[in-house]
Amino acid sequence: MNAFQILLQQTVNGVQIGSVYALIAVGYTMVYGVLKFINFAHGDVYMVGAYTGFFTVTAILASHAPALQGACALILAMVACSMLGLFIERLAYRPLRNGIQASDAPAWALFWSMYITLFLGGWLVNRSVLPPALVYIATFVVSVAVMFLVMRRLFAALSRRLKPSTDRLSALITAIGVSLLLENQGAASFGVTPRAAQIRGVNGGKDLVLPTFVAGHIKLSVGVGQIVVLAAALLLTAVLVYTVRFTAIGRSIRAVSLDRDAAALMGIPTDRIIAITFLIGSALAGAAGMLNHMLTGIPFDSNIGIALGLKAFVAAVLGGIGSIEGAVLGALLMGIAETFTSGSAFSPFKDAVAFVILIVVLLFKPTGLMGRYAPEKV
Amino acid sequence: MMMRQRILLVPAAMLIAVGFLLGGCKSPTSSTSQSTGNDIIVGEYGSLTGPQATFGKSTDNAIQLAAQQLNAAGGINGRQVKVVTQDDMSQANNAALAVQNLIDQQHAIAILGEVASSCSEAGGRVCQEKGIPMVSPSSTNPAVTEIGNDIFRVCFIDPFQAAVVARFAHDGLGATRVAVFTNTDQDYSTGFSKNFIAAFTKMGGTIVIQKSYGGSDTDFRGSLTAIAQAKPQAILIPGYYQDVASIAKQARALGITCPLLGGDGWDSPDLIKIGGSALNNCYFSDHLAIDDPTPAVAKFVAAYKAKYGQTPDSLAALGYDSANLLFAAMKAAKSLTPSDIRDAIAATKNFPGITGNITINAQRNADKPAVIIKIVNGQFTKFMSISNPDLPLQPKAS
Repeated sequence: MNAFQILLQQTVNGVQIGSVYALIAVGYTMVYGVLKFINFAHGDVYMVGAYTGFFTVTAILASHAPALQGACALILAMVACSMLGLFIERLAYRPLRNGIQASDAPAWALFWSMYITLFLGGWLVNRSVLPPALVYIATFVVSVAVMFLVMRRLFAALSRRLKPSTDRLSALITAIGVSLLLENQGAASFGVTPRAAQIRGVNGGKDLVLPTFVAGHIKLSVGVGQIVVLAAALLLTAVLVYTVRFTAIGRSIRAVSLDRDAAALMGIPTDRIIAITFLIGSALAGAAGMLNHMLTGIPFDSNIGIALGLKAFVAAVLGGIGSIEGAVLGALLMGIAETFTSGSAFSPFKDAVAFVILIVVLLFKPTGLMGRYAPEKV
Repeated sequence: MMMRQRILLVPAAMLIAVGFLLGGCKSPTSSTSQSTGNDIIVGEYGSLTGPQATFGKSTDNAIQLAAQQLNAAGGINGRQVKVVTQDDMSQANNAALAVQNLIDQQHAIAILGEVASSCSEAGGRVCQEKGIPMVSPSSTNPAVTEIGNDIFRVCFIDPFQAAVVARFAHDGLGATRVAVFTNTDQDYSTGFSKNFIAAFTKMGGTIVIQKSYGGSDTDFRGSLTAIAQAKPQAILIPGYYQDVASIAKQARALGITCPLLGGDGWDSPDLIKIGGSALNNCYFSDHLAIDDPTPAVAKFVAAYKAKYGQTPDSLAALGYDSANLLFAAMKAAKSLTPSDIRDAIAATKNFPGITGNITINAQRNADKPAVIIKIVNGQFTKFMSISNPDLPLQPKAS
């Protein structure tokens, strides 16, 4: 391999891993745009996406055609993660932002009912002759009903006494709490033993082929899985950019991100727009999790979101937090920087280099590469 | 207000009613634990879950098998042995907690474990501090038994294993240009690499490139592209099976075709499950070949298969040996106090283990030959046995 070919191969490697970072980074940047806080639970949504993909591929559709497996796993991962994103927003962030209200009762009732069902249901199953599924369902239904009524009364009473939190720090700490909850619940639900699966057929039915692109004397090794990851990531990012730029919802998101109070005065339902932002961001993170792990067979566990989420977050800051195009650019830069470093003599400093780039960029351009200067309004 | 409270009461009453309905049907069962007053408690800690889970499970299976056989044959001086197992989730900090719990809460008088050297070191420090003897079945980093006089092992150590792999690479494969890819988060991996490089360069070989990765890395293509450029004749990857399988796959996808080399950290069925055909014609050093036709191995394999319905790996064999060596020492000990057991383990000479005769040397390690395993179509097959890596190998007739 000559130097130019190495350069090209490393760029391809970098762009592929960068495109995965990009899918996660846009979620960070969009939520920051509308709420001005970092949703640290976002990396763990990626983890849930990977697990959804895993169970779709290995359990639900184990013996189906690869294309169907891939498409269903992608859709299921996106749906599951968008639901999770919505749920997190309703459970943790909205009550914090608007002050707790009776309308928060359903999410809280659902949340506590899951644990009540787990423990009370498990206790009851050992003591009854009824089928376990029936016991669990009955416990869950009863628990949701009771908790809903309890929570509604409690929250209605509390809403008169508690003021909404205007402190962004409390939202940040809540996000860290949600992140820890998801990681540990993931470990409890899915086990800490790493899982790995690869959709058969992404490499032509065998588990290994070497697709190479040859042009003249330049030879590149690119797996089919890699191409699919890259293509899907680019497509999803393009759809996102189109949505945000050219649709009514996108305009509302931009308006909320510009000035939430003014947007509310103009009749934009800010709470709903914020929920939609969470939904979109989480769906993309879920897609990233499924694509990165199910197409390349990389093993993962419930902590996979920590390292990847952190890198995607850095990418979002590098590109200018709040800017979607910036997040994509930052993510690609991060991916390329990382692969070039690990290919160089400095391979142990792979992760450090990304942060050095971040520091240097922020020194000269504190808003990131494509971030806008936003003076504090007094 | 009263009205709303009454509405609230209805579902609450329903919940209680359902609870009684379901609860009343069956009385709680309480036949879980028998009296353990006279049993001898031996603690075991291992990676039953986590990245090295298959190691911990097969070791635990074999230890339980050894205990069952011992108890069926009358136990130790008429007393039954109970092995209490704690999961450390493949994490060193959890290993220390697990050992603490085994000694303080379960009152174990001896400890068995771990496989991963990082965990054994953490657990070993606790054992040494509390004066409880510990036998590691398969931790190969020298630092483990260097902790102190309470820590033993029944396997060879990394300088030996790495020298064996170096000798094999140099003489067996005829390689003079080797690349090294190390996991800098594992003591096992860094120690192995260091010893391999020393042994291999002494034989006249060249290390063409050295790369490293971290424990949480999943994408290795950047480093692998650089390794491919250096054109090695073999790549040493002294990591654990999960990383190795991923690395092998990504290496093959980048067009690297040379054999990959490794140590006993590769020995897991999951290596092939994750890595597939990427690992064909690769080699690793190990403690024992399960397809070895000696009667001791065959007898163990048959007993293990009968109990667990699967073929044991070499880590199971070492787990079995560590438990049996400990039980033999307990029988030979003057009394069942931790210090007497320790002295009896230290005095072990020519104990007939299934991984070879075990003599505990002055450094509390076992001197034994290593085998080279070749992966052929997803099967681990014995390729050769090396007992002294300082001597050149005889060319293998092929």
